[in-house]
Amino acid sequence: MNLRRTAAMSRKEFTQIRRDPHSLIIVLFLPLIQILLLGYGARLDANHIPVYVLDQEGSQDSQALLKAFQASPYFDVIKAVNNYHALVRAIDADQCKLGIVIPWNFSERLDDAGRTSVQAIVDGTDDNSAQLAEGYAQAVVATYASNVQLEWFGRHGLAQDASNPLSVDYRTWFNEDLESKNFIIPGTVALVMALMGALLSSLTIAREWERGTMEQLIASPVTALEIMVGKLVPYVGIGLLDAALCAVFAVGWFGVPFRGGLGAFFFTTILFLIVILGIGYMISVATKSQLGASQYAVLVTLLPTSMLSGFAFPIDQMPAPIRAITYLVYSRYYVSALKRIFLGGAGINDLVPEIVAMTIYALVIGFFATRAFHKSLQ
Amino acid sequence: MSDEIVQVDGLTKRFAGVVAVDNLSFNARKGEILGLVGPDGAGKTTTLRILAGVLSADAGAVLVAGQDVLVQPEAVKSRISYMPQQFGLYEDLTVTENIRFYADIFEVSRTVRQQREDQLLEASGMSRFRNRLAGQLSGGMKRKLGIACALIHTPQLLLLDEPTTGVDPVSRRELWSILYSLVFEGVTVLVSTAYLDEAERCHRLLLMYQGRRLFFGTPDELKNMLPGAVLSISSPDPQALQTAVAGEQGILSATAMGDTLHVVVDDPDRRLAQLRAGFEHAGVPFGEPRRIAASVEDVFVYVISQQETQQGS
Repeated sequence: MNLRRTAAMSRKEFTQIRRDPHSLIIVLFLPLIQILLLGYGARLDANHIPVYVLDQEGSQDSQALLKAFQASPYFDVIKAVNNYHALVRAIDADQCKLGIVIPWNFSERLDDAGRTSVQAIVDGTDDNSAQLAEGYAQAVVATYASNVQLEWFGRHGLAQDASNPLSVDYRTWFNEDLESKNFIIPGTVALVMALMGALLSSLTIAREWERGTMEQLIASPVTALEIMVGKLVPYVGIGLLDAALCAVFAVGWFGVPFRGGLGAFFFTTILFLIVILGIGYMISVATKSQLGASQYAVLVTLLPTSMLSGFAFPIDQMPAPIRAITYLVYSRYYVSALKRIFLGGAGINDLVPEIVAMTIYALVIGFFATRAFHKSLQ
Repeated sequence: MSDEIVQVDGLTKRFAGVVAVDNLSFNARKGEILGLVGPDGAGKTTTLRILAGVLSADAGAVLVAGQDVLVQPEAVKSRISYMPQQFGLYEDLTVTENIRFYADIFEVSRTVRQQREDQLLEASGMSRFRNRLAGQLSGGMKRKLGIACALIHTPQLLLLDEPTTGVDPVSRRELWSILYSLVFEGVTVLVSTAYLDEAERCHRLLLMYQGRRLFFGTPDELKNMLPGAVLSISSPDPQALQTAVAGEQGILSATAMGDTLHVVVDDPDRRLAQLRAGFEHAGVPFGEPRRIAASVEDVFVYVISQQETQQGS
């Protein structure tokens, strides 16, 4: 490989990106748009769920329970209605996601036997939100119930025994607040790399064919390897820059913790870029048209990275056959590495399985990429 | 001969069963301009592409500076320069950036490059446009920039595929003067052209038809192939005169050119009366037939029409 020719190719490619508005948008704005969209849009947790209440009793006890809902950050009690139909209509009209019905004999039964129930009607249109709302509602009621229970025990002179019931104390590591943004945003770096890298590299060879410059390149002494390396090196640089941009944005704007090593972050990013750029390059060689190549490239990189990498949908919750497939998805290793670097504080030494898998991918893809292009018109 | 820089022997190339180049043999000497002429589809572009090492061949041998291009295409590429018909400049790079890219690709040393770049831009009158993007140049200037890029590494052999197609007459003339100065430096130029007046400027011509060689020699030798003489008849409607006499006995070919008709006849003295009779029958005014020197175009039209009638019968 001749260094001067390779450098000339890189310089040319970089100048072309710099002067092409479309490429610049992909390089500069795509990462920001992507991380903003996913950071704000793709939250899996629910806050401020709108709630309507129907208090059929109107006692001190029932009001105390409703206050507990009001105090919770997960719920906004918007309105109290006075009949069941109004509540059903509100759910049908999507004015609330949750309806709480407190029966007329609530406090009576509470005092009596300590056993009563509250009805919660959940809008199940969105399965995920419904499950969350149900869970949060149960938590609020459970807290209230245990307080009532303690009071009851207290009134019956059993306070000392009952005030110390056995309880399970959960503690979540790495994402203490169980915030989905912390879970999702590190993975968006992989999404940005896949989209940006595949889009730009898929244009490289196709552009030479479409603009009629390929014939001269073939007629020159430049080798296929020099063309490939020269063309892709600028994108590795741009990719690292974009990765840094994403990380700064994730930490500075969304407050996602970055606890791991910078070296691990950039090293795994380089490995991932080699795979993505190699795929984009091979597609570019095969299709020879910029439009076709970019469409294939997005399909082959973005789809598996968003669906099967564990970026948003946890792999261990997938059905077994799909879970098996994810082992073949190169981005799962990068997404896993990113999450462990951001949240788990991992350094290079902690990421051996991920790095080994990604290195194998980089070597295999790199090997085929160097053989993809032949200097011939046929 | 030792000064033969190109030797092509029995070159054959097929595309999906169609023969594009058919057992073609020719050579080119150091410092000559060899013109490839022939109608569209004659195999000129395919021949140039094979010589440039961008296309493989099915049979034959192609020696460039003693190296077989078919066996080792990469070995000769640094000594050749090839400018395809659709010369693709990087339109988003400036004039200088384009030249420097090719200089780097061909590993021209920086001092030589600077000198050569100045000289080439000066010769093509483009020194003022160094920092202009190639996409913003006129058609003729793009061609000249293409030639400058092709010449930056001082090749021994320059292959040009229809370099003057779509270029204005002034730029065409400039282009040819660049070619002559190259020849003076000892560069061999192979140029295909659709303009037959340009064929006269070449040292030797290779006339191709359907992949085969019809003629190989100097323009004068080509003209001697014409058996009879060329008569020029001016008329407001030469097309009508052409249909009136075409195909008659002794009329070898008739071609309307502007407001004149060129007729190739086997024996001018015998055919004059016959022509007049035919023209009068057409009912179009016409001037006195004059005998003119045959141009390459006249011979070209004659040779091609002979081929076509041979194939038709």
